[in-house]
Amino acid sequence: MAKVLTNTKKIQVHLNGNGKEQVPAKRLNVLKTYKMYVGGQFPRSESGRYYPALNKSGVTLANICLGSRKDFRDAMVSARSAFSGWSARTAFNRSQILYRIAEMLEGRRAQFIDELLQQDVPVKQAETEVSLSIDRLVYYSGWCDKYQQIFSSVNPVACSHFNFSVPEPMGVISVVAPQNSGLLGLVSVIAPVIAGGNTCVVLASSEKPMCAVTFGEVLNSSDLPGGVVNILTGKVKELAPYFADHMDVNAALYCEKEEATIRMFKEKSALNVKRIHLYNDINWFSEEGQSPYFIFDFQEIKTTWHPIENIAGAKSGY
Amino acid sequence: MATKKSNTIKLKFDSARELAPAPESKSAATIKPQYELFINGKFEKPASKKYYHTINPATEERISSIAESNQADVDRAVKAARQAYEKTWKKMPGKERAKYIFRIARMVQERAREFSIVETLNGGKPIRESRDFDVPTAANHFFYYAGWADKLEYAFPNRQASPLGVAGQIIPWNFPLLMAAWKIAPALATGNTVVLKPAETTPLTALKLAEIIQEADLPPGVVNIITGAGATGAAIVNHPDVNKIAFTGSTDVGKIIQRAIAGTSKKATLELGGKAANIIFDDAPLDQAVEGVINGIFFNQGHVCCAGSRLYVQESVFDQVLRKLKDRMETLIVGDPMDKNTDIGAINSKAQLDTINKYLKIGLQEGADMYQSSCKLPGKGFFCRPTLFTNVAQSNRITQEEIFGPVLTIQTFRTDDEVIAKANNTPYGLSSGVWTDKGSKIFNLTTKLRSGVVWANTFNKFDPVSPFGGYKESGYGREGGLHGLYAYVNVK
Repeated sequence: MAKVLTNTKKIQVHLNGNGKEQVPAKRLNVLKTYKMYVGGQFPRSESGRYYPALNKSGVTLANICLGSRKDFRDAMVSARSAFSGWSARTAFNRSQILYRIAEMLEGRRAQFIDELLQQDVPVKQAETEVSLSIDRLVYYSGWCDKYQQIFSSVNPVACSHFNFSVPEPMGVISVVAPQNSGLLGLVSVIAPVIAGGNTCVVLASSEKPMCAVTFGEVLNSSDLPGGVVNILTGKVKELAPYFADHMDVNAALYCEKEEATIRMFKEKSALNVKRIHLYNDINWFSEEGQSPYFIFDFQEIKTTWHPIENIAGAKSGY
Repeated sequence: MATKKSNTIKLKFDSARELAPAPESKSAATIKPQYELFINGKFEKPASKKYYHTINPATEERISSIAESNQADVDRAVKAARQAYEKTWKKMPGKERAKYIFRIARMVQERAREFSIVETLNGGKPIRESRDFDVPTAANHFFYYAGWADKLEYAFPNRQASPLGVAGQIIPWNFPLLMAAWKIAPALATGNTVVLKPAETTPLTALKLAEIIQEADLPPGVVNIITGAGATGAAIVNHPDVNKIAFTGSTDVGKIIQRAIAGTSKKATLELGGKAANIIFDDAPLDQAVEGVINGIFFNQGHVCCAGSRLYVQESVFDQVLRKLKDRMETLIVGDPMDKNTDIGAINSKAQLDTINKYLKIGLQEGADMYQSSCKLPGKGFFCRPTLFTNVAQSNRITQEEIFGPVLTIQTFRTDDEVIAKANNTPYGLSSGVWTDKGSKIFNLTTKLRSGVVWANTFNKFDPVSPFGGYKESGYGREGGLHGLYAYVNVK
């Protein structure tokens, strides 16, 4: 360690404001390779394709994986195999893991703000977006073991049976995330889906994909089992049809207003009676961007019956 | 004894067991020779000027002429429903809506005997079932939802519910009146108006219900009941002024509907097919379980979307269960649906009987062993013996596809995990059944079976307060209970 410090002294150094840190002025930045997040791993697209993420002035910020149909199918395998484990976690455990994601995101605030700035989000808005994203995760963390109580019922049937209805996760959800927001939109759609015990494959914003990839790193360091959330990057036009017609997808979520794509989603969903939800008119920066009803959208209601023994007409009493 | 086909050792099923006929009298019911369309509070002749015959499937006799709606008739019905929605129904206070629906419930109760007779004559189900199940449950459904009409603010925490508008409702032939009640009651309670089409083969009780709706003085157009076949249904689904489609029927048609409304903002609830697993563990009370299996598959001739058509028996009790099942099947009385002793009535239509027979052939071709009870079948009408298949594989068509008849497949299993995997290995997910004496095992199973209804140590139970509906390709949305309200409202 000491040797390194000595070496540093020999080359030209730049002192920052408070003079505490020393960084070489001509130090070469280490650029990040932006990869996808599938099954708890960070693979490149199997297709080997990429596209440049540009800022408004046309400067290339990073090369982003151009996800393919095969990437989607691989992600589906991961999501399906993660489902039984994730849905069987206790609600309290899921709650803690969502909170852990919030903790990890909080720790990386600066990195996300920086990435949003690079993608031309004004500084105030970037700060708000990251703060809201963290708070949203905390919000849904709290819901993990409560929405069941809100949406359940004990049903007083007119016969000698005990009967109750509870929400259960739908299964694997395919999600085309909001395209105009790099982080908040993504977090706002992933959180309710996994809070409810589902697993998902998410297509990140094509134009602002960097935060999604970095969010994958946050997920990876937050005790979330691999495969629960799979994040692909690529083009909506190319991949959306697979999100809509894959036979192992239980429900699909589309967050844009494009009529042709909405219609395509609804038509293809008929192949295996997928549930379709459209969140195309929601301001994720407002209060309407969070609600237990977003969790409820990806729940099935299961009703259980059991007889109550009634021996020889005996009544209760002591 | 050895030459007899039955495996029965102790029980004898000889002529001494034959019961004297106990036919229900038809005198409590009248069926008109011809029925018109119920539009805007009046019975009107169809623009198509066409009528078709509806028959009694137990005798193949024509019992009435039914109007066949065309596009113009659907237009008139939707228009009436729209007007009633805008001018009257959506503005009416909930407590007033409630009183209309309560009225309908009471009138169905008053005319219960008549309804059960007509239901059995038109649909072929045993009078015992229409009298003790279909009709009372239909009345109860109206009674239950009536009470919700002025309490909706309690149903959706922190949200306000508003009606959707005009609901187009298409129902099947297996529970004609009950399905009409399942559809109409929650729609009215939440402030929607209705255009309902009963199934082509079983229109009569829905038209009787229309008489009640008229008598109850419901504002004209709030409920419209129009008859016809698939083309009429398609015209309702595709009508631009319909806001919601509620459909109960086959998964194939459900998918067509889902595709047809893709380019619109119509909402839908689909209650589609099923292939329910009924699971017997070795520690189950076997006699009760066998009784439940019999009820699960032979109730209503097996024309039940949630019928327990795949039986899984733990290996160690397989022989015992099979013997008990065959014995019990032998005692089932198949025949005249109007006879109060009949257990299994007529198959609803010639077409459905053909489908069932097709599957029996397929089962044999696939190498399964078929067993049928030895009962005599009536000479006329559409009947099918209670049937079970053993030596079947998970991949056989008879274990994968919905037959919608009195046909049961039986497979064995050893472990809990194995049977969960087998039970869930289907595109359907409507219902399932578990039989065991161990509570913790029940909950292990009921949480892992992917279906909307799970019956533990019981089967085929229904109640207005109990939500019903499927996972996966069995459809979406729930009917019944508090959760049934979601299907008919926007929640903001």
